[in-house]
Amino acid sequence: MIATESLSKRFPRVTALDRLSVDVGPGVTGLVGANGAGKSTLIKILLGLSPATEGRAEVLGFDVADPSSGGAIRERVGYMPEHDCLPPDVSATEFVVHMARMSGLPPTAARERTADTLRHVGLYEERYRPIGGYSTGMKQRVKLAQALVHDPQMVFLDEPTNGLDPVGRDEMLGLIRRIHTDFGISVLVTSHLLGELERTCDHVVVIDGGKLLRSSSTKDFTQITTTLAIEVTDTDEHPDGTRVMREALHARGVETHEGAGLPGAGHILLLTAQGEETYDLVRDVVADLGLGLVRMEQRRHHISEVFKDGDERADVPADATDVRKEAVGHGG
Amino acid sequence: MAVEQSRTQAPARAGEQPTARAGEQTRIHDIGYRSYDGPRLGRAYARRSLYSQSLRGAYGLGRSAKSKVLPMLLFTVMCVPALIMVAVAVATQANDLPVDYTRYAVIMQALIGLYLASQAPQAVSRDLRFKTVPLYFSRPIETADYVRAKYAGLASALFILTAAPLVVLYVGALLAKLDFTDQTKGFAQGLLSVALLSLLFAGIGLVISAVTPRRGFGVAAVIAVMTISYGAVSVVQAIAFEQSSSDVIPWLGLFSPITLIDGVQSAFLGASSAFPGGVGPSNGQGVVYVLVVLGLIAGCYGLLMRRYRKVGL
Repeated sequence: MIATESLSKRFPRVTALDRLSVDVGPGVTGLVGANGAGKSTLIKILLGLSPATEGRAEVLGFDVADPSSGGAIRERVGYMPEHDCLPPDVSATEFVVHMARMSGLPPTAARERTADTLRHVGLYEERYRPIGGYSTGMKQRVKLAQALVHDPQMVFLDEPTNGLDPVGRDEMLGLIRRIHTDFGISVLVTSHLLGELERTCDHVVVIDGGKLLRSSSTKDFTQITTTLAIEVTDTDEHPDGTRVMREALHARGVETHEGAGLPGAGHILLLTAQGEETYDLVRDVVADLGLGLVRMEQRRHHISEVFKDGDERADVPADATDVRKEAVGHGG
Repeated sequence: MAVEQSRTQAPARAGEQPTARAGEQTRIHDIGYRSYDGPRLGRAYARRSLYSQSLRGAYGLGRSAKSKVLPMLLFTVMCVPALIMVAVAVATQANDLPVDYTRYAVIMQALIGLYLASQAPQAVSRDLRFKTVPLYFSRPIETADYVRAKYAGLASALFILTAAPLVVLYVGALLAKLDFTDQTKGFAQGLLSVALLSLLFAGIGLVISAVTPRRGFGVAAVIAVMTISYGAVSVVQAIAFEQSSSDVIPWLGLFSPITLIDGVQSAFLGASSAFPGGVGPSNGQGVVYVLVVLGLIAGCYGLLMRRYRKVGL
């Protein structure tokens, strides 16, 4: 659906994209990178709104550099921007109808599609009220609706979970998944949170500093080990729970280290999970010692670190979703 | 074609959906996703849609009840004097309307300025402030389409505002059985004049408002430009008249929008000049007036294009 070939974008002072070559197929594709990694620049180029400095890019078979294809691409693609983009004094219905007409839908079709789309994103009676009174979650749904209303072949969603609480985040991710499975529309979704994308996406592309770090199917991630952070309570029997835990794990051949310099250093043990067994092992050790398990979570420090050196340390078993996922790339 | 292929590969497209969802009792109305196979009317249609939305918006239509108040009030106030004049003309069997068609807009210029100040910022500052502009440019339209639609929308709104009272006057004049040829000619000249006025005012208003995302600043700036330029020109013209240097009066008129229109119509559209002492521009000066007006309209369009090329996404 999208193919770029050594695509570069240089501004006078910064290089936003540096010889980026990626292929994005049908399905849900995550584009992960810290703020300023070049995600939004890439979307702008793909929409035909900003010329690339060098290299080429194709969207749905159209060459973005061809001036006549910009309109053709934008007619077939939906775009949900990262920032707020909704006028507060009109209702969601009126706004989405207007945006549908701006995409070329005739008036009657625009109204029908708007009603359908707003229902699909989960806006019901409130759609007749002015947008100004909506919650962040509702606004995100309106933004998503305007990207879907013209039934595009592909949507670009720029940070759709921004500003949402955990429940809203899960709902939005579920919705993104449905865009592909139920609506049959391919999705390119950006985020700086790898954790949430690997749950939703078929394929994840990681960029940093405009360079491609990695592009792989999320299935590949499940094979790969991850860093696990563990915190336990102290008990009367074991006044220093962390130390006892470390020794017990060592006895079973599991290397641990303390995340010096990280929040909670000293109370937290970091270890490399080799798969399901490690989680069970930790659970058993904690239970044997009679300690309380305060947390067991995946730890990442920075996206580039996660993906450096290939498979050394990376990602999560997909079925371990009950384990809280840590945000990656907060620095950025 | 690659595109079509990927489309059909998608797991559960439209048609299968209703059956898949039928068993789900939680959402009775959920009839599944329906894809759209109808026509897509493209860029020119999108531009027209934006135009009609801007024009409607300039009278508060499709917006909150609150935003309808001012434009509708101004429209009414704009037409009431025309109605009164017509009533008087009919009642007194007058030979002519109390005010020329071309003069009406000049007399009501404060109202036109107020309307422009309230609606030009809402036409463009809103999109800038709430960052709706990037959404437009993620659609098939391009910068030029956006600028043209907005410009045409506001100019049309101003034309409706300024031409409506002329229509009232014209209909009234015919009812009062005034001379048909005279009235039609005057009406046509009046329409041409307000058309020019609408284009000029809309351009100036939009350029000023497009600079700032803050509506308040836009309103204040438009009012300031309109009143200060007119005030300054009138005062200096009055001084020139007092000192009997009438030759400079027409040249001074080049420096404010409404006096520009006044100059053009007194040179070419048979209007009597509203300048002090009725010293309108000569035909030669009239050409300069026309050139300045057209230059300003083109300049405003150019500035808007430049402005929006940068706003982008």
